[in-house]
Amino acid sequence: MASTPTVADIGSDYNRRYGFHDPEEYFMRTPKGLSHEVVEAISLLKKEPEWMRVFRHKALDIFLAKPMPTWGDTERLSSIDFDDITYYVRATEKQEKSWEDVPENVKRTFDRLGIPEAERKFLAGVSAQYESEVVYHSVKEELTKQGVIFLDMDSGLREHEEIVRRYFGTVIPSADNKFAALNSAVWSGGSFIYVPKNTEVAIPLQAYFRINAERMGQFERTLIIADEGAKVHYIEGCTAPVYSSSSLHSAVVELIAMKGARIRYTTIQNWSNNIFNLVTKRAVANEDAVVEWVDGNIGSGLTMKYPAVILKGERAHGEVLSIAFAGPGQHQDAGAKMIHLAPHTTSKITSKSISKGTGRSSYRGLVKIRNGAHGCKTSVQCDALLIGDAARTDTYPTMEIDEDQVSVEHEARVSKIGDEQLFYLRSRGLKDDQARLMIVNGFIEPFVKELPMEYAVELNRLIELEMEGSVG
Amino acid sequence: MNENARPVFSCNGVHVRIGEKEVVKGVDLAVLPGEVHAIMGPNGSGKSTLANSLMGHPAYALTGTVELGGEDVTALPPDEKARRGMFLAFQYPVAVPGVTVASFLRAAVSAVRGADVPVREFRKELLARMEDLEMDPGFAGRYLNDGFSGGEKKRVEILQLLMLKPRFALLDETDSGLDIDALKVVAKGINAAASNDTGMLLVTHYQRLLNYVHPHVVHVFMDGRIVRSGGPELALELEERGYDWLEPAAVGGV
Repeated sequence: MASTPTVADIGSDYNRRYGFHDPEEYFMRTPKGLSHEVVEAISLLKKEPEWMRVFRHKALDIFLAKPMPTWGDTERLSSIDFDDITYYVRATEKQEKSWEDVPENVKRTFDRLGIPEAERKFLAGVSAQYESEVVYHSVKEELTKQGVIFLDMDSGLREHEEIVRRYFGTVIPSADNKFAALNSAVWSGGSFIYVPKNTEVAIPLQAYFRINAERMGQFERTLIIADEGAKVHYIEGCTAPVYSSSSLHSAVVELIAMKGARIRYTTIQNWSNNIFNLVTKRAVANEDAVVEWVDGNIGSGLTMKYPAVILKGERAHGEVLSIAFAGPGQHQDAGAKMIHLAPHTTSKITSKSISKGTGRSSYRGLVKIRNGAHGCKTSVQCDALLIGDAARTDTYPTMEIDEDQVSVEHEARVSKIGDEQLFYLRSRGLKDDQARLMIVNGFIEPFVKELPMEYAVELNRLIELEMEGSVG
Repeated sequence: MNENARPVFSCNGVHVRIGEKEVVKGVDLAVLPGEVHAIMGPNGSGKSTLANSLMGHPAYALTGTVELGGEDVTALPPDEKARRGMFLAFQYPVAVPGVTVASFLRAAVSAVRGADVPVREFRKELLARMEDLEMDPGFAGRYLNDGFSGGEKKRVEILQLLMLKPRFALLDETDSGLDIDALKVVAKGINAAASNDTGMLLVTHYQRLLNYVHPHVVHVFMDGRIVRSGGPELALELEERGYDWLEPAAVGGV
């Protein structure tokens, strides 16, 4: 029985809460534009092993050789000026271990994002990314005792080179797509997690990411390995300040769930309108493993994101539960991919999108069942909610089923906030905007109830902000 | 009921158009606090249109005046009317998936009372009213009208009536689609509201609800007009003789 907060008092401070930015105090940043010199500088500064340096340079060649995608919102994609982006910025020189050691300006940012509070509530390991380098990273002793590794990717590479070398880029090769190649060339930060056999991480591991420098790309790289029978839940949430010129965010996230392992990866992203959010997320699920992507996309100018699960071992299960909110001028091109390679694998995709004003949301999905993968089950459900006459939604579902002994369900629904629904709620005293918000909150409820409480609260607030001024 | 009381609700010269078509052709009513009026009429006579347009449904163009507690509310939007103490129980309540009965009602009660109701207090009150209506407490956690049976929807409408405690309520065919047990429960809720001084206008097609709710005034509504008003005996007469003898031509126009 959650209370319904009033619209007026929340979000009035949007600019203060989310639009602020600290003076840019950076110890090191690369010059604008992309070249082998820039890649070399990044690798050198990070004192990386030779194989990673080579990996980066090869990836850059792939990036330069690959054409831009010819599908999706090609018009918006073509407006990215790769020469006008700073590919590496470091906020502070060294990594901080405790909250007290974190620089004041970074702290201010985190304070306003509620990070210390998050830590208090969750008592979990917090890994927060400020610009391209992780500056604050605390891992609970308990995790260390369990043998769980939870580091930023750079430290992961330094301290656990063997594991990283074995798995890095195996789920998403540099040549997978142009933006995966870009990330492979200039990646910095992100999380590295290894959970040993039969170990359950009881608390969600979380990381906050934040872009703070204008025209700066953020290219974090995350690798999570859950060994046989292990369980882990990782959460990332983002907010970005409001800026006038474009910023590019292009992450690569690789998950590996060994036999009987379970990984849930929860994302809530609230990018400002000028951000390009072009992310490649993919998991491999081995025998009896379960991988769940819980993915909430709010804001950004253009998001292209299709979390995938490769169901490699028998009885593996993959799930994507996503919501997208496309406000005026925004395009959310999101979806999911399920690749059934083994028999008796199951998958479920639930995609919910809201388009408001001139916002546009697209569901783009692929379900592939290989010949011989008998006894597979898959279900896809896409629900779109339109607010206003200019809002747009499209569905591009692709099914490639090369096996007869399978069960495939697909359902797509488009609804509008109807006059009868509004009249009903208004006849109970709810103002027009309150009534609309209630309908939208109800629409995303199946997603919200999968989130930890504080993220659910945050998401509801963000939706409320997005819904402001939607009357008429 | 006080004979000297002022009407809690009145309307004068109400006409309603849907597009070009005039559906309600001049209605005058005055309802005192705690008074129950029944509007009875054949299907298609415009009863539901009258109820919906009085509440301010945007699809209907209403002319004339509507007063609540002596204040002119004709031009006010439905939420403003609700906050001033007007209520409409819907014939076909709308589903709002993902929003629980409890959270919806808490928002509505807060809106109508003009202040947030503390969770604990609200919960206590809600459970008590649900018990009055013989509803399972688990109902509070179900999504509003989503997959509800016809009878469940009507009960939830009456639950809202009891929680919102309006000064005046329109009940649009609240008795339709109910079995006898549900009808009794709904009637109990309506009587409880009336004893709380809520003035009410029951729109109904059948007499059977009136076996359990005793109206003070019965109006016969045909072709967009009230063609006759009288006491409870008029409802019984309709039950026996049907509506034909009251055709506008038969009663000389009114």
